Amino acid sequence: MSTATLEAPAQSAARQAAQAQPIPTTRLVSVELQKMFDTRSGFWLMMSIAIAAVLATTATILFAPDDELTQEAFAAAIGFPMAVILPMVAILSVTSEWTQRSGLTTFTLVPNRARVIGSKVLATLTVAVGSMVLALVVGALGNVLGSAIAGVDTTWDVSLQEFLLIILANVLGMLIGFMLGLVIRNSPGAIVGYFVISFVLPGLFMALANFQDWFEDVWPWIDFNYAQGALFNGHLTGEEWANLGVTGIIWLVIPTAIGLRMVMRSEVK
Amino acid sequence: MITVDSLTKKYAGFTAVDDVSFTARSGRVTGFLGPNGAGKSTTMRVMVGLTVPTSGHALIDGQPFAELPNPGLKVGVLLDASAQHAGRTGREILTLAQRTMGLPKLSVEHMLHTVSLTDTEADRRVRNYSLGMRQRLGIATALIGDPEVLILDEPANGLDPAGIRWMRDLLRDYANKGGTVLLSSHLLHEIEVIADDIVVIGNGKIVAQGTKAELLNAAGTVARADSASELARALLAEGIVSTPTSDGAIRTDAEPAQVGKVALAAGVALTELKSADNAGLEEMFLELTAETQREGAAA
Repeated sequence: MSTATLEAPAQSAARQAAQAQPIPTTRLVSVELQKMFDTRSGFWLMMSIAIAAVLATTATILFAPDDELTQEAFAAAIGFPMAVILPMVAILSVTSEWTQRSGLTTFTLVPNRARVIGSKVLATLTVAVGSMVLALVVGALGNVLGSAIAGVDTTWDVSLQEFLLIILANVLGMLIGFMLGLVIRNSPGAIVGYFVISFVLPGLFMALANFQDWFEDVWPWIDFNYAQGALFNGHLTGEEWANLGVTGIIWLVIPTAIGLRMVMRSEVK
Repeated sequence: MITVDSLTKKYAGFTAVDDVSFTARSGRVTGFLGPNGAGKSTTMRVMVGLTVPTSGHALIDGQPFAELPNPGLKVGVLLDASAQHAGRTGREILTLAQRTMGLPKLSVEHMLHTVSLTDTEADRRVRNYSLGMRQRLGIATALIGDPEVLILDEPANGLDPAGIRWMRDLLRDYANKGGTVLLSSHLLHEIEVIADDIVVIGNGKIVAQGTKAELLNAAGTVARADSASELARALLAEGIVSTPTSDGAIRTDAEPAQVGKVALAAGVALTELKSADNAGLEEMFLELTAETQREGAAA
């Protein structure tokens, strides 16, 4: 009897302490990471990154001329499919909350939407860096194997700086996907938007530059894809960094700010 | 305890929730009753911070929901059982809630057992769930943090009769242990069997609220005569105001004995005389549903 009366308040004190404890950000990020993997679409997107890396490596071994079996060749072969798939992962991590309506639960368990979106960004960056390291490992294995099969010397020609720039390029690509997710908040719409921005728009800019002389000069200051291309060359001039900064503000920072504002105020139904 | 104070939510062109105030007390089940589209879900979404109100506010134990550090441990919410990622299994969805709230892993198994979802069902993707199974999963998500307040929007939808019975017992138990339960329904009967307090909403406005006893057994009489208007005149002559009902009877707040005496003195032959019981609430509710012309008239 006396134990029972003693226990009850103690329990409720423990409960009150638990209730007053804010949810740590690390926990939110790990939950968001889990959400990226635990759906069927999420799982196969992640798997397709690994599969694409292996396929691209195999293709390079089989088809590249012996004297071009360098680490750079492998990096380029793996990098392209990843550059396409990773932004999809970023898009779905945002849009599925609306398209699948799971946001109703997510934003009830964590009412601070800025924290949820922030955790999603951190989870996205984790995936970006993680998959680049995976690509590096697969590419390195392919390079060793490929040069052994071809009987040529193994060439290590990707420097740390080059690798970091490639990571940056992919991070920017994922953030573009993330931005589209925030602004459009619909999975098919955001994916179409991504293909327009990264494949249709560059073509239009190029055509415009060909026909209009005045545009050729401002092109690098407007086309984000063009500015990003420099990241794959291994080094950037000061002007190229400036191009990247300016186009990044136009295509990434401003739309992300608008998208965030919309997410903060929108009604979750 | 949930306090809703002068809550208004306007959309372009119409007012979904219009100056709604009520309190859901702890230790009691509060039924939120109204036809489809009356503003129940909007009010509930405002309570949990998913919708920003135009004016007014809703507080959970004196605090806005959005300011709760770990809301899942304090308030269990089920707004729409179908609002889940179709590509996740039931167990994964529950695990996400468990991890977000920082609960022990074991609570997932425990909760699945509580809502009677078998292991095979829990490992199936929600895409393949029946509405009843989604409802059970939703209730599990709401309960897993062992909260003191429950906010459930139409939780009985899609449950079979045994499931409805189970949920009723579960919510009753929750309230008896001191919890606050607010559940909405568009079915009068459903609210009648479980709620202690009832809040009736129609076209965004509160039209009645009080304890079940007050609302269902409100003093009053339903009487019928060959000529309803003659009876109404006779009553008015004695200072008793009455209103005609839609089916030709009249309703008044006076006691049946008094109405009988007036009718006898006036020489009006009564064909029916009974205390109103819940007829008043049902009448009002039917009127509300008739206005919005939805299938809720089955209530």
